[in-house]
Amino acid sequence: MLTINNLHARVEEKEILKGLNLEVKPGEIHAIMGPNGSGKSTLASVLAGREAYEVTDGSVNYLGEDLLELSPEERAQKGIFLAFQYPVEIPGVSTTNFLKTAINEIRKARGEEALDAVNFLKLMKEKMKLVNIDDTLLKRALNEGFSGGEKKRNEVFQMAMLEPKLAILDETDSGLDIDALRIVAEGVNKLRSKDNAIIVVTHYQRLLDYIVPDFVHVLYKGKIVKSGTKELALELEEKGYDWIKAEVTV
Amino acid sequence: MSIQTIDKSSLAERVISTFDTVSKQNAVVTAVRLEALTRFETLGFPSIKNEEWKYTNLKPVVNQDFVPNAVGNISAEQLQDSIIPTEKASILVFVNGAYQPALSVLTQEAEGIVVTTFKEALSKYPEIVEAHFAKYADFQKDALTAMNTAFAEDGVFAYVPDKKVLEAPVYVYFISDSQQVAPLSQLRNLIVAGRSSQAKFVTAFHTIGELHSFTNVVTEIVVGENASVEHYILQNEAEQAYIVGTTQAQLARDCHFTSHTVSLNGALIRNNLNMVLAGSNIDAHMYGLYLLNGNCHVDNHTLADHQQPNSFSNELYKGILDGKSTGVFNGKIYVKPDAQKTNAFQSNRNLVLSKDAAMNTKPQLEIFADDVKCSHGATVGQLDDEMLFYLRSRGIGFESARALLMRAFADDVLQNMTLEEVHTHVDRWIADRFL
Repeated sequence: MLTINNLHARVEEKEILKGLNLEVKPGEIHAIMGPNGSGKSTLASVLAGREAYEVTDGSVNYLGEDLLELSPEERAQKGIFLAFQYPVEIPGVSTTNFLKTAINEIRKARGEEALDAVNFLKLMKEKMKLVNIDDTLLKRALNEGFSGGEKKRNEVFQMAMLEPKLAILDETDSGLDIDALRIVAEGVNKLRSKDNAIIVVTHYQRLLDYIVPDFVHVLYKGKIVKSGTKELALELEEKGYDWIKAEVTV
Repeated sequence: MSIQTIDKSSLAERVISTFDTVSKQNAVVTAVRLEALTRFETLGFPSIKNEEWKYTNLKPVVNQDFVPNAVGNISAEQLQDSIIPTEKASILVFVNGAYQPALSVLTQEAEGIVVTTFKEALSKYPEIVEAHFAKYADFQKDALTAMNTAFAEDGVFAYVPDKKVLEAPVYVYFISDSQQVAPLSQLRNLIVAGRSSQAKFVTAFHTIGELHSFTNVVTEIVVGENASVEHYILQNEAEQAYIVGTTQAQLARDCHFTSHTVSLNGALIRNNLNMVLAGSNIDAHMYGLYLLNGNCHVDNHTLADHQQPNSFSNELYKGILDGKSTGVFNGKIYVKPDAQKTNAFQSNRNLVLSKDAAMNTKPQLEIFADDVKCSHGATVGQLDDEMLFYLRSRGIGFESARALLMRAFADDVLQNMTLEEVHTHVDRWIADRFL
């Protein structure tokens, strides 16, 4: 589904990704872990197409296409979803109106007919139940005045509505207490299927208690320096990142 | 088709030469007109040397061959697109300054309420006109108000007696017919709302035709004690339209007054909105929205003049400027020595989308009382990249995402409109503009 080969990327003059390789297949969950500043969020941003990031070398192939050639909206229309670390507040845009616009633009790009109001509301209700989100939240302006937990839950709700093929969760656990974390993780788990894949970017192991990954990768200084299964995450939790740093520099 | 000959004298001279044709039936009004005429002759049109006109240059306007009192000819069909669909309303249509009874529909109101034309009011209700005409809009300093006071003969007139409620909102359409000639239209509106009365008014401007149009409008609004008045100015104009105007609201104690000014395009629009808060416990709001493109220029000059204690005024003007458009906002707040415990707030927010567009914004606070709460703020910025990226990352295309953000930006101005039909209509203008 996704093949990243020797990816180099920078912000302004600072090179952050320095030759990253990753292969993700349908049905898999990959966790990307690593100390602060290792390039985790940069990877998420590059995959979603954030303009401030410049790819200087390497390639990203997504479903047989050169992902880096696509605009952010084209990526989303082809099934990529980024759950933001810091979802932005947009006053004056209701979540409902926003999602209706998004779904219908995606459907249009795929040559499908627009959802009418009735079917859209039906879909909303179904997905609201799935991720356990309250509709008073959705009537408000997008993320405006939402708590950290509400914002993250709204991200997962959007993910449920848009049914992505590849979801990238960028530090979805940051700023959440354990209850909020569990609710968000449960939502994500309900969206797992054999056809879609999820990349979980996180600093801490605790999210992976709830969203159990098939593979764990350690990102350090812009490269994946170690890959393993979920046990690797536990080892990181126990020992911290220092032993990895030591191993890499040796 | 008759061919109109244009004399080569200046616009001011041409206008002045028409004074003979102005009706002199009412001695009181005529005396005021004469005084205003003299004032206009002295002042002439303002130039950019005048501080109040620093950023708005009328010279290219008044150098054109506008024809005063040009007869217009607009059919109901041509008018259709300009009319806001309403369930219940009184509709008055003026073409090139002249009332069009065939295009107008007046709703029967409760006894004592008058909704008619200024001309009709002058013969039928001279005592009301005499009591209020030119008592509020100052023609000593403002040449355009002086010109209007001397020459404008028609417009809307409404009188709502004490405790009466105007059931049908009044929609007034000022149409410029520029199909044959470039018309100069002058409109004079007088709205008098008695104690504890209620009324809602819409004044909408539209040019039909390819030639330029020039409209000069003065609206005097008298809001009685504890009355509630809402006034809308809608300028969804053609690129060849010039509009200058003054809305003067005289507010008595305990009243509510809300003004909405929406300007889309127009070659040059200058709106003066002056609120005199002449009593205590007044609740006054000024909302403005301007969406500019091409070469258009919109200038909003507003004043909240607090003369008595314990009143509240709130102002929110927002603008989106694209192309080579220019905008001006000048917001004055006066707090007179007696006006203790005044609360006065002002905010002007702008999105400037192109490097050729420009916005001049200037708050002007003159406070002579010591126990007051006043604040003002102005911003000029671009669309937020992070918001744009968020929307695009959900599959919403660049143009749609921009449109969504611009509508959201305008939303907190529009949501204060209590006339649902106007809100819906303006919303559609905005949608048409951005999509």
